[in-house]
Amino acid sequence: MGELRLMKGNEAVAEAAIRAGCDGYFGYPITPQSEVMEYLMAEKPHERTGMIVLQAESETASINMLYGGAGTGKMVMTSSSSPGISLMQEGISYMAGAELPAVIVNVVRGGPGLGTIQPSQADYFQAVKGGGHGDYKMIVLAPASVQEMCDHVKLGFDLAFKYRTPVMILSDGAIGQMMEKVVLFDPIPRRTEAELIKQNPWAATGKPKDRNHIIITSLDLDPAGQERVNLKLQAKYREIEKNEVLYETLGCEDAEYLFVAFGLSARICQKSMDLARAKGIKVGLFRPITLFPFPVKAINDLGKKVKGILVVEMNAGQMIEDVKLSVGCSIKIEHYGRFGGIIPTPDEVVYALETQIIGG
Amino acid sequence: MEEPFVKTEIRKDENIVYKRTDLLVDRPLSYCPGCGHGVVHRMLMETLEEMDIQDKTIGVSPVGCSVLAYDFMNIDMLGAAHGRAPALATAIKRLWPDKFVFTYQGDGDLAAIGTAETIHACNRGENFTIIFINNGIYGMTGGQMAPTTLPGMRSSTSPYGRDVPTMGHPLRITELISNLPGVHYVTRQAVHTPSHVRKTKKAIRKALEQQKENKGIAFIEVVSNCNSGWKMTPVQSNKWMEENMFPFYPLGDIKVDGKLVEKKETVVKE
Repeated sequence: MGELRLMKGNEAVAEAAIRAGCDGYFGYPITPQSEVMEYLMAEKPHERTGMIVLQAESETASINMLYGGAGTGKMVMTSSSSPGISLMQEGISYMAGAELPAVIVNVVRGGPGLGTIQPSQADYFQAVKGGGHGDYKMIVLAPASVQEMCDHVKLGFDLAFKYRTPVMILSDGAIGQMMEKVVLFDPIPRRTEAELIKQNPWAATGKPKDRNHIIITSLDLDPAGQERVNLKLQAKYREIEKNEVLYETLGCEDAEYLFVAFGLSARICQKSMDLARAKGIKVGLFRPITLFPFPVKAINDLGKKVKGILVVEMNAGQMIEDVKLSVGCSIKIEHYGRFGGIIPTPDEVVYALETQIIGG
Repeated sequence: MEEPFVKTEIRKDENIVYKRTDLLVDRPLSYCPGCGHGVVHRMLMETLEEMDIQDKTIGVSPVGCSVLAYDFMNIDMLGAAHGRAPALATAIKRLWPDKFVFTYQGDGDLAAIGTAETIHACNRGENFTIIFINNGIYGMTGGQMAPTTLPGMRSSTSPYGRDVPTMGHPLRITELISNLPGVHYVTRQAVHTPSHVRKTKKAIRKALEQQKENKGIAFIEVVSNCNSGWKMTPVQSNKWMEENMFPFYPLGDIKVDGKLVEKKETVVKE
């Protein structure tokens, strides 16, 4: 059993990075996630584990520092919020193309543009469909608690190195700012340089005489070569879809209706479920934990058992597209969302269920 | 049957006066004949070989004509996005402080799209080497105007010559960064004559040696030609470079051991 603490979500991310054996954090301040770097700077991780922390001149620089560090096999992380994550899309695309592992935390705020500093889930499309250029995916984890903010950092690094891919933790301003108790996992020592070189033979670590030089790049000017790169990436994504789907269900056994929600929205739907069930409405909750890979099969199975699905998101309707693609057109699937930083109340979600799905 | 090439017999160690370094991959360079890139590549790789640090060196290539530098340099390398090489190098050097780290960048990459990354890496006093090839034009994309294109100089996006009132001034970024406290060594060199090549190689050696002392950025600008982009023969382009580029980008040391050099060496003709 690890150490029990009361922490903000952003602080849990920072502490988890140190404990996961992260080698370097590169970031740029932006509300509502600045506590990640503030915590790291105050914690002096260089003294604790040798981890370095650097405040970069921009999100563009931070993500490219990540690219540099990841290309040498190091365990690197950044965090930002929506407008900053938009700036990082260039680097994320390059990292996906060059197959580099890293963890990127997006503590989402309302948009578009400068938007608001309040929580939102409007970056679902950007995270899940590939916000940068080219055909790529990254693994997207959606924490719904401070505990998961902590755990997903470790899980994120494991998956990033297993598949050599960037992993995004898609959180939001509420999960990042709220305090909850969290059980911290025991610290994992940082890898030594010898371990790193052994575990990551693909990394650019300095060419010894007895191996060929290593080139980290996403460029292949030959179309046939670039198609091979794409086919390899797609094969990797199919493998991830097969192996890494995570989700949680609540009250689905006897459910006639279903809420599908991720992150903070799923927390709200838990309360809505209680309120609805008190009224005699048998509703369950399906919470995708991985947004890519999306739990297609599990939602499809549940879709065959229920009369209707309400997809609750703090956006104008993004994940609903994947829910519809998973279930098909056999039942009624509607979206309920608030946006621009407004968090829906459990009551209005129940009302939406009653009017849009049951009575609709 | 007789061996067709009898001259192989004279290839004995004691007869060798020049040997291509093994740190250059044995394949044709992608650069135009007459371009300075190949010479700088060779000087850099020869220096790494002489210092015996092939296994301790990590290089970062840019976007531009030298985007494929990693195909020619037989060391571990990362290809950066356009202008971002100093950000990559910052992380690499901090995560691997015992390695020798360099970026190799052109003028569009370093002085336009990557200005922020360049200036901030320099100002933080990162401990790597920047090799900056300035030929006053975007070569790879077909000869467009660069941040360093001279006033009146023609390019495909300044077909009537760079008009300063509408297109802005050329940027002497090397002088600009030499004023930053995190920068320890700044020099401007060329590679169009043997003596200039030798000076450039000495500068590369000095810059790499400096990394052992953790003193900050070592920055080498190489003023070079682009005979294809300038639409000249290699010989014409070198003459044009001496007559036009060198007065605006004077050769010589600009900052040595953290101190600005008062008197700059001006045009060198040999």
